[in-house]
Amino acid sequence: MTALMLEGILLTIITAATPLLFASIGELVTERSGVLNLGVEGMMAMGAVIGFAVAHTTGNVALGVVGAILAGMAMAALFGVVTLIFVANQVASGLALTLFGLGLSGLIGDAFVGVPGAGLARVSIPVLSDLPVIGLLFRLDPLTYLAIAITIGVSWFLFRMRGGLILRAVGDSHTSAHALGYSVIRVRFMAVLFGGACSGLAGAYLSLVYTPQWTQAMTAGRGWIALALVVFGTWLPRRVLVGALLFGGVSILQLHAQALGVGVPSQFLSALPYLTTIVVLVIISRNRALVRANTPAALGQSFVPDR
Amino acid sequence: MRVELVRRGERSAAMAYLSPLLALLLTLIGGALIVIVWRVVAMDTSAPDSGGLFGAIQQGFADYGRFLYVFFIEPLTAMWSIEDLIAKATPIILVAIGLSFCFLSNTWNIGAEGQIAVGAITGSFLPIFFPEWQGPFILPAMLILGMLGGMAYASIPALLKIRFGTNEILTSLMLVYVAQLFLDWLARGPWRNPEGHNFPDSRPFDGDQLLPTLFGTNIRISVLFVFVAAFAAWFLMRWTKTGFQIRVLGQAPRAGAFAGFSQKRMVLLTFLISGALAGLAGASEIAGPVGQLRTTVSPGYGFTAIIVAFLGRLNPIGAIFAGFLLALSYLGGEGAQIALGMSDQTTRVFQGMLLFFVLACDSFIFYRLQIVRRPVVPQTQAVAS
Repeated sequence: MTALMLEGILLTIITAATPLLFASIGELVTERSGVLNLGVEGMMAMGAVIGFAVAHTTGNVALGVVGAILAGMAMAALFGVVTLIFVANQVASGLALTLFGLGLSGLIGDAFVGVPGAGLARVSIPVLSDLPVIGLLFRLDPLTYLAIAITIGVSWFLFRMRGGLILRAVGDSHTSAHALGYSVIRVRFMAVLFGGACSGLAGAYLSLVYTPQWTQAMTAGRGWIALALVVFGTWLPRRVLVGALLFGGVSILQLHAQALGVGVPSQFLSALPYLTTIVVLVIISRNRALVRANTPAALGQSFVPDR
Repeated sequence: MRVELVRRGERSAAMAYLSPLLALLLTLIGGALIVIVWRVVAMDTSAPDSGGLFGAIQQGFADYGRFLYVFFIEPLTAMWSIEDLIAKATPIILVAIGLSFCFLSNTWNIGAEGQIAVGAITGSFLPIFFPEWQGPFILPAMLILGMLGGMAYASIPALLKIRFGTNEILTSLMLVYVAQLFLDWLARGPWRNPEGHNFPDSRPFDGDQLLPTLFGTNIRISVLFVFVAAFAAWFLMRWTKTGFQIRVLGQAPRAGAFAGFSQKRMVLLTFLISGALAGLAGASEIAGPVGQLRTTVSPGYGFTAIIVAFLGRLNPIGAIFAGFLLALSYLGGEGAQIALGMSDQTTRVFQGMLLFFVLACDSFIFYRLQIVRRPVVPQTQAVAS
């Protein structure tokens, strides 16, 4: 295998991993605040369609990305109102958000099916990008850099900043955080909005970079895989990054295997990422000590301030 | 002045019944917004005869009136579409009854769509391998195999949860994709009809392999399963110790644990019940309206059933009413597509909104809104100073 081929495969793995990284880092922050938002898939779909629509009508990809972020946040706000203010069940509301997002994105995207989209140019960092093999790490599209920056930023925020400590306190014990005078609902709402923005970005990445077009249900379960990645990463950003690359690798592996025409039906190969998710979840959850150490203790619990 | 949520002294029985109706009303308002915005965007308001933005909004209102008609009234105006409504409501309600058990006990089976697919596959096994087999036993055998298939598939996330503590939400959903891909492979590959001109379908089932119809209509007897299942579920939930355990473990897991109820046993039981009903729904599809095994058997009935379960108050009888309403949304979506040229996704938008509003309105069962005015300076303090 030549170095060029290796580079190509690595590049496709990174491209496949980026949307997963965006979505799972966003969900990680949401869950660290104690909110389980199962609507990632729906927020992603909305990000993808709005990102594509804005980029197509204005001819400006950057505006498309902004539109996708806002779309993701709008969906997240809906979820926030229902679960945080009206204290509805988070699991069911998340499912509702997914159903609603997939449907609404289909309705909006109807006009954009089969329309060629505008891609996003790669950014080369001079000198570094000329290095052999690792040079490709400096020739990526701007959104991938953003994803890595967000991962590092979130990690820094959660474990090195006061705001992160408050966020984690809210997620571990909302009554204690409330007693200390922090506004549990406000912190959670912001975390939910951040998760929405990241899911919107993940969607934009799919419809503007990964496959620059809009197709019905193009998220193809990636939102759910991102949710699994948060568990896989035991709510730690660096492990989520590793997980995203691993899953990017699996999905690229099955694509290459399909292209090479190995003697396995294509449906079995397509099922590989989903089966991997299950296997990985089982392996992680077997190690209960590891999971328990980092799971936000108040995850999924509603909070009504006692005034 | 602000508005806040205050816990009621006790659960409001009136709100428990009103909440789904309020949710439906809110969904209709939300639907109006979507149709009007859709019309304004789709219409070229700069054209001379369009009447500008105002004209577009007016047109939007007119469209919404038409939309309401094709969505809710038209499907009930012809016998064939009422038959279609019953055919669509049957699998949705069957699955929703099973899911009610899961959600009541606070376990989350959201993979019913996959269990339907597996039920369809195992239900098709006999008529595909023994195409000549007729007689009184073939149909019950198919349906039982379908139920067993659904149960077996549902037991995977349940056992993983019990044995390893794996999150059942994610595993049951991942298994939907796996089951759908496996079904796709079967229908295109080994189980494809050799005389089917390369269509990705199995051989069409015939004679005793199909569910009989009732009184010369196109309504199949599977609609009776709905009523049997609803009654059995109601009885189990209301009058047996198992039903009591399910409810206690759902609402107060710690109390249940102290009483010696096994959480693990309940997870497995509720998954098996919901899997069996989803499998039955899948088998009834291939032995009924579909009549063969195809690459897709269900247009999302397994997900719609989640909404039906909540809209029906997690009550088997409620699920029947909710199921017919949601089945109507499938027909209505098709109608809106034909009459107004809206996307077939309208159905899912409607369904998602409805679930959202039901969940939000449900908080008024336990909470009420209270308007809090600016705090007045307490008199005692003023005197003291």
